[in-house]
Amino acid sequence: MLKDKDRIFQNLYNDLGSDIISAQKRDDWIYTKEIISKGRDWIINEVKESQLRGRGGAGFPTGLKWSFAPKEVGSRPHYLVINGDESEPGTCKDRDILRFEPHKLIEGCLIASYAVQAHVCYIYIRGEYFVDGQKLQAAIDDAYAKKLIGKNASGTGWDLDIYIHYGAGAYICGEETALLESIEGNKGQPRLKPPFPALVGLYGCPTIINNVETIAVVPTILRRGGKWFASLGREKNTGTKIFCISGNVNSPCNVEEEMNIPLKELIEVHAGGVVGGWDNLQAVIPGGSSMPLIPKEKCETLTMDFDSLVAEKSGLGTAGVVVINKDQDIIKCMARIARFYKHESCGQCTPCREGSGWMWRMLERMAKGEASKDEIEMLGDVTKQIEGHTICAFGEGSSWPVQGLLRHFKDEIKKRNKFDPIVKENKNIPYLVDQHLLDKNA
Amino acid sequence: MSLKRPAKEQPENFEFSSSSLDIANKVIAKYPKGKQQSAVMDLLYIAQRQNDNWIPLAAMKYIAKILDMPYIKVYEVATFYSMYNLSPVGKYFVQVCTTTPCMIRGANKLVEACKEKISENESELSPNKICSWMEVECLGACVNAPMMQINDEYYEDLNKEKTLEILETILKGNTPKAGSYRGRVNNEPENNRKTLMEFKNAQG
Repeated sequence: MLKDKDRIFQNLYNDLGSDIISAQKRDDWIYTKEIISKGRDWIINEVKESQLRGRGGAGFPTGLKWSFAPKEVGSRPHYLVINGDESEPGTCKDRDILRFEPHKLIEGCLIASYAVQAHVCYIYIRGEYFVDGQKLQAAIDDAYAKKLIGKNASGTGWDLDIYIHYGAGAYICGEETALLESIEGNKGQPRLKPPFPALVGLYGCPTIINNVETIAVVPTILRRGGKWFASLGREKNTGTKIFCISGNVNSPCNVEEEMNIPLKELIEVHAGGVVGGWDNLQAVIPGGSSMPLIPKEKCETLTMDFDSLVAEKSGLGTAGVVVINKDQDIIKCMARIARFYKHESCGQCTPCREGSGWMWRMLERMAKGEASKDEIEMLGDVTKQIEGHTICAFGEGSSWPVQGLLRHFKDEIKKRNKFDPIVKENKNIPYLVDQHLLDKNA
Repeated sequence: MSLKRPAKEQPENFEFSSSSLDIANKVIAKYPKGKQQSAVMDLLYIAQRQNDNWIPLAAMKYIAKILDMPYIKVYEVATFYSMYNLSPVGKYFVQVCTTTPCMIRGANKLVEACKEKISENESELSPNKICSWMEVECLGACVNAPMMQINDEYYEDLNKEKTLEILETILKGNTPKAGSYRGRVNNEPENNRKTLMEFKNAQG
């Protein structure tokens, strides 16, 4: 288990108070000026050395992302945008940072803004977290009052304004370009990339977008050194991470742990074990709903980091671990996730808008045993038609969980759905069958 | 995508109260000059708060004028995002999360409770017109499942009995205490905490 002194979020459970004086007692806002006086290159290099990867789901190296910001500020100002839209089912880590560790986030905003030369930072918070957003706003107001941010922030000579922008219940706004559209006052539909936001982002200006947790760990990394952070976890999967363990466990919780921690340890030690015992485990969704589930056999030895989960054809995502035990109907669980994606598709790309509804309806029928045998293959095909054919990663996010179900629980679906197709004999009539299914090379 | 329809009965006019207007001006000042359209989401919220939890079409026209943008763009935003209510939802608006992490911990029991206490169907006002409920997608409090949101507050770690109690309270016009209903502190593992014990003990 990670030692308590190596935990970054000492106030994860709000034992110590989230106000500015309590925060300063646990080293927030200490040496901020000294850190910034070491200069942009030092900050970016130190973050690179820590091998910090984005905590929002994709795991992109943070230092590298910062270095994409133009070196010189031209006619267009730079912006820093913090993504606190946290809507991935199974994930509730950013909420705790907003309400219990707001000063880690605000200090991180100052350092990151300086590193990418932004004078304005917008923090995008999902609208449902209004109460937590108010707590962050109070912390921002305190920081202004103490001159930690604002004009000549913390005595560094750098000016920084931080504003909160509330979302309004759209999951898609967690996608970075949809988030920018939302800040600009449009409906949240993702933009085509390139151009990437680092060059053409908010209001057409260079914009760096980071997750709440990513930014909140930066001040501690710089105070304790990139080497310290890199010494935790393993190569390229370094540091600590807040895991959210929900579902059929005895004590669901948020906990900060070292990267590469065994999944079994997370569940058994921190979350009090699976309801009904380890043998009652059916499957685990390791990284929020869009990551493919992992069946029990593999959970025995699985370790939780970006690369080891990719090797299992899944992903760490947001590290929202949803534990599903054998009392649950796994097809129904996935059908409900498919319904989530059907509801949240922004409607811009046809494969996703139509396909997410198809997947949901097919899975609902499969859960009831009303689907025909051949539909199982067809469902797999629908996921393939969505994946990779949309503007943003929502297409992958909605089809991967279904693919995970088909990969590991196909027998269960087959057992329940034994119908023969209704139009069996006429299969070769072209208008009754999707043409691309006939072409083996497609 | 969610399907939303504006209410049939609409007020003729809408204007911000002076306190709403103050907040609105502060919001507009957050964004660069000429980019006042960015404030549309917050202004819709302000209208919703002022107008008993829902946004009439007159408010969208009013906001369009303030922000110097086409009415249809405001309408587009108000219909795209799920948190804007385009028809009356009552003084207490109950949203029950039923996405998978809540579902597998018994969110359907909360839905049953709402059906028993408030109304048979979603988005339908209770007989005394002060409350309505709907199923929503993940509210981001998964380790406190099952849970629901009433107006701005989260009610966590629920079961059917607790939900019925809460609903009875709001139907009488009172606001119940927010937070966990199993008495646990925030997101800590209940009776099983292994980390940061020094602080927990120091707190007593």
